[in-house]
Amino acid sequence: MSGARRRAQDLSGSLLRQVVVIFFTVLSLFPLYFMLVSSLKSKADYLENKFNLPPHPILDNFLTAFAGEKFLIRFANSAILTVGAVALSLLIACLAAYAFARMQFPGKRTLFNLMLSLMVVPPVVMVVPLFVTMVRLGLVNTYQGVILIYIGLLLPFSVYMMTNFFQTIPREIVEAARIDGCSSFGVFIRILMPLSAPAVITLTVVNSLWVWNELLIALIFLQRDEMKTLMVGIASMRSRIYVDIPATMAGLLVATIPIVVLYLFGQRYFIRGLIGGAVK
Amino acid sequence: MQYRKHEPWLYLAPALVMLLAVFGYPVVRLIILSLQRPKGGVPIFVGLGNYQLLFRDDVFLQAVSNNLKLLLTVPVTVGLALVLAVFLFERIKGWRLYRMTLFLPYLLPIAAVGLVFSYIFQLSGVLNDFLNAVGAGALAQDWLGSTTLALPTVMFVIIWKEVGFGVVLFLARLMSVEEELFDAARVDGANWWQLQRHVTVPQLATVIEFFTVISIITVLSWVFGYVFVMTSGGPGNATMVTELYVYLMGFRYNQMNLAAAVSALLLLVTGVFIFLELRLRERSDLGLVS
Repeated sequence: MSGARRRAQDLSGSLLRQVVVIFFTVLSLFPLYFMLVSSLKSKADYLENKFNLPPHPILDNFLTAFAGEKFLIRFANSAILTVGAVALSLLIACLAAYAFARMQFPGKRTLFNLMLSLMVVPPVVMVVPLFVTMVRLGLVNTYQGVILIYIGLLLPFSVYMMTNFFQTIPREIVEAARIDGCSSFGVFIRILMPLSAPAVITLTVVNSLWVWNELLIALIFLQRDEMKTLMVGIASMRSRIYVDIPATMAGLLVATIPIVVLYLFGQRYFIRGLIGGAVK
Repeated sequence: MQYRKHEPWLYLAPALVMLLAVFGYPVVRLIILSLQRPKGGVPIFVGLGNYQLLFRDDVFLQAVSNNLKLLLTVPVTVGLALVLAVFLFERIKGWRLYRMTLFLPYLLPIAAVGLVFSYIFQLSGVLNDFLNAVGAGALAQDWLGSTTLALPTVMFVIIWKEVGFGVVLFLARLMSVEEELFDAARVDGANWWQLQRHVTVPQLATVIEFFTVISIITVLSWVFGYVFVMTSGGPGNATMVTELYVYLMGFRYNQMNLAAAVSALLLLVTGVFIFLELRLRERSDLGLVS
């Protein structure tokens, strides 16, 4: 093959790649774009043209969204659940990971593998028996009940992540501390945890994302109107007969924007955390 | 380093208690519930009666068949993710930006995404407006309102959301492959296809298997959100899936025992794939405690 022909082929090849990748990128972003432009349009402008940039941008839709459907209460509910479940699961996971990463005990490998397998057990399987039990314990429609379930669901992945991380901390550091008279809990709190900031941030980010987005459990266990989460509120919007689409889009945008902003600034934590279960 | 004998269990205790409460106990309770039926307010043992009832219920059978149809998304998702990952790996201009945007759908809440897509796909929605505007109005359809198109439309949204995870996963693995492998193949005169077939795909094999298994588990048991928000299982039962069936039976029609039986079946089926996933992990030596 002549050099020129090869170059021409390379050029058309890379052009093809660009076209394919750009096509899918636009497809990935379109719903967000649609959310954004629609939330800034009046209803008339929206009906007139659903694609263009807002000809007369307005912010009224955000006021409508905030006023309706107990938006702020739901936002707060989602935030409470996220903070509670993520903080507590992190604490419990770190303790367990310390044992897995640094101590020897019978059945360790089996226990760890068993826990790993729980990572992909679909929550829908546990929902029925958990509901029966929660009703009996009076935990339906409480933050505690749902936080409890979320902690359990977040633990397998969290323990896995932290165990992997603790194993990368050099043995010598820990042993030196022990020789200097540090207790085992002292090693955990003064040596391991301060060195684990990157893993803790990663885990906080992906777990928060998961709890914030969770729908099924929130839908079933928080049925009372003032306990509903943002996602449950959103999910029930479609079934209403009268729909103000621009206002709905404004609400969706507010529910989604925290994730997008967090992602823009901490992309590596998302990527590291979410594929952490698969590639080290 | 020496720890006292009981010490590990002290650290493990909170986690074990939580896991037993959220996974262990419910699974036992689930199996018991699935073998019972209330009679005069008291649960009585009915053996496999609930299961027999299920297999005579057309809605349940439809749900199972829809979940199986959703498996069609798996090869598309995996294939598309592979192609995009390879393109990005070839360092096309702006690959970092593309990686970032292609991953974004995976992070967005299904509730929000589902709602947006239901406005895009409704009869007077964005897609049909677009088709009309470009003079292809004949192609306009009631995407979510037609019994034949609703499921494929939901499938599109599932692929849309899941593909980015595969891209990032594959790309991360490719970037850890030694560059010399690719160079050696190029020096040997391998063309693009040969390079992919003999270097890229074999290098990615375990990650492709992993992503395939994860995608299968996803469409069999993690699609509740899509269907609940976009179609509520309709029109008719055209997009009914087993998870939605559990939800409706258990929490709409108060048939907890039937819901438990479906959940138990779902656990059995995903259990097979969970086992597979675990084996893959062991083989690829990922995430094992030394």
